Amino acid sequence: MIYVQQNDFDVADEYQKLATDNQDGAIVTFVGKVRDFNEGLGVQGLSLEHYPGMTEKVLQNLETEAREHWPLNKITIIHRVGDLKLGEQIVFIGVTSQHRKAAFAACEFLIDFLKTKAPFWKKELTSQGSKWLEAKASDNEVSQQWSKKLTNDQAN
Amino acid sequence: MIKVLFFARLREQLSTDSMQVPASENMTTEDIRQQLAKTNDLWAKVMAADSLLVAVNQQITDWSHSVNEGDEVAFFPPVTGG
Repeated sequence: MIYVQQNDFDVADEYQKLATDNQDGAIVTFVGKVRDFNEGLGVQGLSLEHYPGMTEKVLQNLETEAREHWPLNKITIIHRVGDLKLGEQIVFIGVTSQHRKAAFAACEFLIDFLKTKAPFWKKELTSQGSKWLEAKASDNEVSQQWSKKLTNDQAN
Repeated sequence: MIKVLFFARLREQLSTDSMQVPASENMTTEDIRQQLAKTNDLWAKVMAADSLLVAVNQQITDWSHSVNEGDEVAFFPPVTGG
């Protein structure tokens, strides 16, 4: 399930929803939070913008792609938008599978690609005013490595 | 008409989140970019950014993608979610 929302989420609730099938031996979850420090500036909060419609489509496509690569059962992706304070939760990824390897890999794949493909933009509120975040080259490299690895896996 | 959208830093720099552009024959994403760049110096600078991304009907694409009547074209900077 894909959710793009202003409201916060409860990790315990999301875990319960993921944990209902006894066929699943593994549940992997990831939570991204607003941290207090970035590029040398004290961060007080974030404002998150998205492209309504396209964002949901991209996330849906990532879910479909993850299912093509690993045997997965449940997938939950929640991404918040709007104004977030320091320490608040931004994103939740939860994946279930029979075995841990697939669940770990798919969870990492989903957050890595979300960061480089899904149209969200962060604006940081710092002690020196607000500032749009620059995309990191390292994030792009990570998703390129994934693409290479998954292509190789398919070839073998 | 073609619906054109701007997001994040672009939206702020251009002080607009959307506009309508008349469709023309054999139009591409690059044509719209060039057309918007002619507005004034500010638009020229914003539209010339190397990092500028474009989506047609909510799918990221390149600068040779054709654009037709009724399409939705969005310009935005690299994404930074997660």
